[in-house]
Amino acid sequence: MDMNEIKEIFFQECEEQLAELESGLLKLNDGDRDPETVNAVFRAVHSIKGGAGAFGLDDLVAFAHVFETTLDCVRSNKLEPTQDVLKVMLKSADVLADLVAASRDGGSVDGSRTRGLVKELEALAHGEVPAPSHEAPKPAAKAAPVAAKVEPPKPTDESGFQPVPFTFDDFGSDEEPPIEGSTYEISFKPRRELYSKGNEAALLLRDLSRIGEMSINCDTGSLPALDKLDPEDSYFGWTISLKTTKSEDDIRSVFEFAEWDCDLEVKLSEAETSDEELPMVPVPFDLSALDDAPVMEDAMDDTTAQDAAAAVAAAETASSVAQAAGAAARAAKKDTAAAAAAAAQNNAAAAAAAAGQTIRVDLDRVDRLINLVGELVINQAMLSQSVIENDATGTSAVNMGLDELQQLTREIQDSVMAIRAQPVKPVFQRMSRIVREVADMVGKSIRLVTEGENTEVDKTVIDKLAEPLTHMIRNAVDHGIETPEKREAAGKDPEGTIKLTAKHRSGRILIELADDGAGINRERVKQKAIDNDLIAVDANLSDEEIDNLIFAPGFSTADKISDISGRGVGMDVVKRSIQALGGRINISSRPGLGSTFTMSLPLTLAVLDGMVVTVAGQTLVVPLTAIVETLQPEASAIHSFGANQRLISIRNSFCPLVDVGRILNFRSTQANPVEGVALLVESEGGGQRALMVDAIQGQRQVVIKSLEANYTHVPGIAAATILGDGRVALILDVDAVVSASRGQSLRAEMSLAATG
Amino acid sequence: MSYAAKTLVQGNRELIAFRIGGQEFCVNIMSVREIRGWTKATPMPHAPAYVLGVINLRGAVLPIVDLSARLGMKEAEPTARHVIIVAQMRERVVGLLVEAVSDILTITDENIQPVPEVSSDLERQYAQGILAIDKRMICMIELESLFREKESEAA
Repeated sequence: MDMNEIKEIFFQECEEQLAELESGLLKLNDGDRDPETVNAVFRAVHSIKGGAGAFGLDDLVAFAHVFETTLDCVRSNKLEPTQDVLKVMLKSADVLADLVAASRDGGSVDGSRTRGLVKELEALAHGEVPAPSHEAPKPAAKAAPVAAKVEPPKPTDESGFQPVPFTFDDFGSDEEPPIEGSTYEISFKPRRELYSKGNEAALLLRDLSRIGEMSINCDTGSLPALDKLDPEDSYFGWTISLKTTKSEDDIRSVFEFAEWDCDLEVKLSEAETSDEELPMVPVPFDLSALDDAPVMEDAMDDTTAQDAAAAVAAAETASSVAQAAGAAARAAKKDTAAAAAAAAQNNAAAAAAAAGQTIRVDLDRVDRLINLVGELVINQAMLSQSVIENDATGTSAVNMGLDELQQLTREIQDSVMAIRAQPVKPVFQRMSRIVREVADMVGKSIRLVTEGENTEVDKTVIDKLAEPLTHMIRNAVDHGIETPEKREAAGKDPEGTIKLTAKHRSGRILIELADDGAGINRERVKQKAIDNDLIAVDANLSDEEIDNLIFAPGFSTADKISDISGRGVGMDVVKRSIQALGGRINISSRPGLGSTFTMSLPLTLAVLDGMVVTVAGQTLVVPLTAIVETLQPEASAIHSFGANQRLISIRNSFCPLVDVGRILNFRSTQANPVEGVALLVESEGGGQRALMVDAIQGQRQVVIKSLEANYTHVPGIAAATILGDGRVALILDVDAVVSASRGQSLRAEMSLAATG
Repeated sequence: MSYAAKTLVQGNRELIAFRIGGQEFCVNIMSVREIRGWTKATPMPHAPAYVLGVINLRGAVLPIVDLSARLGMKEAEPTARHVIIVAQMRERVVGLLVEAVSDILTITDENIQPVPEVSSDLERQYAQGILAIDKRMICMIELESLFREKESEAA
């Protein structure tokens, strides 16, 4: 694996971390104060920083570091995550994402933006931090346990080794600049994760020893008895006394990439003023004692013994801390290196096992699997059918076996489909960033509410969803929502709301984008359309038709062209890209109350529960989700309406009757409704229609096969499928059929298809 | 494959010849994926007359074109003796209904005669050349031109 591959993995992980970061921040923004959320956010930034450090991405590290510092204030409850704070944080998350992208694809990020945010973050970190006194976990506490450490099996250790959340800020704001040769007390206790991530305590201590004169004491108090010892756990802690000219900052930077996995405390030693309380015990380890102790456990015991002896010795030599430091550190280091290396190895194995929760798989492989499973399902259905045809008794072992096979294939199919289906959440999350940025640019205050984020849809659809959705969101923010002043004047909440909803409907995914803005100004739209020669001056258009004018190419109502929208390439592009996905887009608008865009997209590759029906000798599949009920019409319930419309009365309401065979051109005359079955369907537009079919064959799950792959899109047909007998059946596009029944011809969309 | 490679090197072409309504046509063998028997197709709504419908080709939905109708001749009445030539055109695969496959020809470019001046646009559009083989006349078809509109629409 070369460096680029590793880097690629890092960037993939960054994506995940960024998503985590953003969702965490949004949760906080919604008032979530769960410490776990804060931690998750912190962890995300920290991981990015760690990885970026390894690849020498300095810009990224620098920014992540500042961000992390501020987040840490939140984590340690020094900074209340108010809306204002979170606004800065969300912006920072955006910049971080940009920096990641810039590091990956080259390019650069606007330096002033980064610098501005760095300042803001630093101000937050410092400005609002109440100058804390020394966070002093009393130094005295450490002196006492020295004796207690003699008994290794006792895991109790009341010394100072509780996890102490350490912060970057309190040294920044409250520590005096280090005086020449100040002595720091550092307590460092690695957790097992430290080793499992490949860090090594010995190396950290070595780096530390380079900063200044160091005396080190290994704390083995939590070492359990041999039989209880987990070879992969971490039991040692170290208290280090470091005499250095460097600042606390420098000391902490030694632990930079390990700090998350250890308990670390750094403070100015008070030893100089209170000798009798000096907790530090220089432990001059004798390496030779370890040489003949090849097994790690032995080493530990030896260490313990050494420790005990040293503790006694140290009592007398308490004042010579500084002098002994250098040599002791080196000795201790070698000792710990042996133990730590062993532990690290074991932990690496454990980490590998724990990390097996997700794997990255090539999309092609998944696709191949899905195709094969589709074949399997069809084959299984064909097999069952031919067995049933040849064996009328239906009790044989073959039939039972086939039943089980059917269940198994169905299960396999479900699981395989689930691999490709992904929640729309990542796309929705990206949208919240766009709302933030655009709202900021135009000086509006807008809140994005998302719903149904976990609605699953095929990955290909998700990938293609982002672009049209971005366009629409920008439009909604720029044109849809009014300025806060106007909103207030209209008696609305000055903060606008954009609601993004995803749900499954009629075997498709429905994405709704609703704003509570001013709605479409129909007069202006019409005027603009006339100005742009899109419609005739005397055209008589319904409200709906006017609303739909915004999808016309070259249409823009924005009076001035802005960065965000208004160049006249907008909604027509949206419409086209949605149509390219096999989807449709609708708009409904109420003046003063807002507009709602509804996109309906196919769930390609998904399986569909359908009702298999016969129409004019053809077998069609109607998505089950679209069907409200089925009924056998009676002659008395059918009423003619006008020249060739018919209505059916269902419980005293009248519903237009649509002959599917007629709409699809399968037959030239209207079928007699009494001889068929009516399927009451609810379409995307809301209205109900009764679709006339000749007969219902049954209900089954079908695999959607694309018609577009080798043919073209067929109006009125959503896709095709292969039935148990191996023949192709067409899946009805209920919405298209319904709108065709409203008089919009199905043929209108297919002028080109006719030539093929 | 090695055979095909060899013939290509020599500037030879391999063609599949088939019969429609008493005439013989041929297409480049490289665009033919397989030849299979006729199975009843599922008709498509609003399809042009020469699109007979779609069939299941091992899990893929394959549109079937009545080549006779597409070439402006009378519509075929498919029987069990008809065959479908599964042809690949760029990204898509289309089944061409023909009466029978008659021959596999290996020709060189010299064998190809230019299309005579005819009044019909349709012939000019699809005919790439004419071959005289054993006193038979075989018209070489450019498949891409027959379905070009569809291609551009897909793009």
